[in-house]
Amino acid sequence: MSRSLLIAVFVAGFLVSSCGSKSDPYTYREGSIADVSGFLSAVTSDFASHEAAGYVFNGLVRYDKNLKLEGELADSWDVSPDGLKITFHLRKGVKWHDGAPFTAADVLFTYRKMIDPKTPTAYGEDFKQVKSVETPDPHTVVVSYDKPFAPALASWGMHILPKHLLEKYDDIAKSPLNRSHPVGTGPYRFVEWKSGAKVAFEANPDYFEGKPGIPKVVVRVIPDQATQFLELKSGGLDSMTLTPLQYARQTETPEFRKKFNRYRYPSMGYSYLGFNLSSPLFSDRRVRQAIATAIDRKQIIQGVLFGLGQEATGPYLPGTWVYNPNVKRYPYDPSVAKAMLAEAGWKDVDGDGVLEKDGKKFTFTVLTNAGNESRSKVAAIIQQNLAAVGIKMEIRTLEWAAFLNDFVDKRKFDALILGWSITPDPDQFDIWSSTKTGPKELNHVGFRNAEVDRLLEAGRRTFDQAARKKAYDRIQEILAEELPYVFLYVPDALPAVAVRFKGIEPAPAGISYNFIKWRIEEGAEGKSALTH
Amino acid sequence: MFRYILRRLLLMPVMVLGISIISFGVMHLAPGGPVSLASDLNPKVTAEARARLNAYYGLDKPLHVQYLNWLSRVARFDFGDSFAPDGRKVWHKIRERIPVTLSINLLSEGLIFLVAVPLGVYAAVRRGSLFDKASTVTVFVGFAMPSFWLALLLMILFGVKLGWLPISGLVSLEYDSLDLAGKIVDRVRHLVLPVFVGAFGGLAGYSRFMRSTMLETIRQDYIATARAKGLRERAVVWRHALRNALLPVITLLGLSVPGLLGGSVIMESIFAIPGLGQLFFQSVMSRDYPLILAELVLGAFLTLLGNLLADVGYAVADPRIRAGN
Repeated sequence: MSRSLLIAVFVAGFLVSSCGSKSDPYTYREGSIADVSGFLSAVTSDFASHEAAGYVFNGLVRYDKNLKLEGELADSWDVSPDGLKITFHLRKGVKWHDGAPFTAADVLFTYRKMIDPKTPTAYGEDFKQVKSVETPDPHTVVVSYDKPFAPALASWGMHILPKHLLEKYDDIAKSPLNRSHPVGTGPYRFVEWKSGAKVAFEANPDYFEGKPGIPKVVVRVIPDQATQFLELKSGGLDSMTLTPLQYARQTETPEFRKKFNRYRYPSMGYSYLGFNLSSPLFSDRRVRQAIATAIDRKQIIQGVLFGLGQEATGPYLPGTWVYNPNVKRYPYDPSVAKAMLAEAGWKDVDGDGVLEKDGKKFTFTVLTNAGNESRSKVAAIIQQNLAAVGIKMEIRTLEWAAFLNDFVDKRKFDALILGWSITPDPDQFDIWSSTKTGPKELNHVGFRNAEVDRLLEAGRRTFDQAARKKAYDRIQEILAEELPYVFLYVPDALPAVAVRFKGIEPAPAGISYNFIKWRIEEGAEGKSALTH
Repeated sequence: MFRYILRRLLLMPVMVLGISIISFGVMHLAPGGPVSLASDLNPKVTAEARARLNAYYGLDKPLHVQYLNWLSRVARFDFGDSFAPDGRKVWHKIRERIPVTLSINLLSEGLIFLVAVPLGVYAAVRRGSLFDKASTVTVFVGFAMPSFWLALLLMILFGVKLGWLPISGLVSLEYDSLDLAGKIVDRVRHLVLPVFVGAFGGLAGYSRFMRSTMLETIRQDYIATARAKGLRERAVVWRHALRNALLPVITLLGLSVPGLLGGSVIMESIFAIPGLGQLFFQSVMSRDYPLILAELVLGAFLTLLGNLLADVGYAVADPRIRAGN
């Protein structure tokens, strides 16, 4: 017995003694819920892969900290007065990670691959609008269109591919650049990918904007959010995006504050309650407005987001150039909502607490996807709010794919709770145009408005920002008046980053836009608090 | 005996074929496909792009053609290419995960066996004693406790509060820079929590089973004979009774064969272990048909194989069963 005890003590000592090993303070370790599925963002469609590709590749243009387009691989660009031609002047002296020079031929090659039927890309549409691409010299690319198309400029943010490495592959998805060894022009060079475990990058000393301040980046695959949080607390991760609960309740300790800086800014997305406008219940605008008045958005933001968000008034991010703050709002007031419903003919005749009209009770079902806790909570609060004004709402949560394919795509719903992410370019043709109400198309609520159709078209056919703003301002007014959606809230993004990383400057674009300028605090290697 | 095994072996391909047809059908009944999951609700993806992607993956062909294509490939031991954008061979993806899941499950299984057998035997021999009652309570607590919860508690205690053990992953980030001893220690430290949690939940089954077969065995006449001969109690229990009582446990071991490669989705997600369970979960979520099908067929094959091994093992160990055949 004493011998086994001795062994046990020895093993325990062995294990504990190695705990002192310090993790490298010069590595930035971030967590990812999902594994990377490929490195060429033309052929991948998941967030984790696009994030990883962003370290290695560049586009011709990108969004700056204020979400305005600026040049990346392009130094500058001119748009011809008729809006049909964009001339990109490329940066000189840019090299691929293998040392080969980057030229206009790479841009032309990327364009050809994007429209090649053999490339399994979901993002070819923007490039199919292109009439021709010419490369008069190695540093100039001229793109021509049949008609002016403002969102086209942003489409050139697509990662540019190295022609010299990829031209021998028919299908770029099956090239080693996608599977195991990406080569780009970006701030980081690829080091290794351990499937399901991690992806590692090292700073590119020849990067055209200067060597990044953080020498190494490792993205760790940790599929469970609770585990990510424990890893963060124990020093196994340097950053993660906190949930509202974690931000409000679980990181308010001095210990956490000593190790991490927390940031808070509006995230690029919003939640909404959308009506099926072909349902007789919601065809009357007054009813939709009454429902908007009956919903207590402050309570939703408090209850679901712990106050970490703001009310949405339309489909754009507050604080950006396209946002129109002067639209009709619907302050919470159940008595006003009741009066509006009464005006629309809905009255509680039999006294059971539920409104009726023409012998029909006001009951409907709201659908949302399962597995999204916030949306279930939002649904529960709205259910309560509406019950107070005499509307009975049932809640049904469905698995994501079934929800989309069997209900949303087939328009088999009364109302739904969903969210959209907000793109920096304001074009929302696909969501609001009356030409996009067909099956699988994105105007699933069936919104039709001739003026909005005209303005959407006007907004995407000019590069003049003032003219675009005028069009989108009016669209926001109409949406706020017509209410095909009740816009609910814009949640905050809540990242936490270890204190040894300096140079983080939150802006409308978030915190990672200047990642290459981040640096590590002098003497960070001596900080025992960060290691375990 | 030989004819029995032969018959079972011949039946196996038929069973696997049947299972693959059912799996294929059920998989395609599930709403959403590989393309729609990647492209739904994305304004940049047009109907034309979707159709093109469907054609790229061969999903535009009728179902029976898709199945026959798959079958003809599998007949040549080719499980096809994954539908994930990296398009790697399905078999390569599975193969790189096998050692991880297999080693963790073998260790857990071994630990269960090492603890459960003595536990069950002691509990049987000292039936009704404090030890018996205490061990019963302990193993059933392990059985009833959700493993993800236990995992989180241990992670908080040993990972965050005490800082003794790593929380997740299979190796540290600095693994490559360690020497051999360091590498071994690093791996062991990462295995402690998942193996312990995996074993704790499975302890109840084995130890209870061991206890009841042991109880039955020590009531047998030959045990009484052994005692009457004047053998020491230790020898009676451990040499004579245990051997016979272990026989039914072989069935349990056989049944655990498919589990060795199946991997636990929950455990592998919580501990961020890149094993087969995690791979299977991802492939289902992304509707990666070739990968799902390969994993299901592999699972079916292993289940059948495990059953066969258990039956054969049983027959080898117990002549009465062989005679019955």
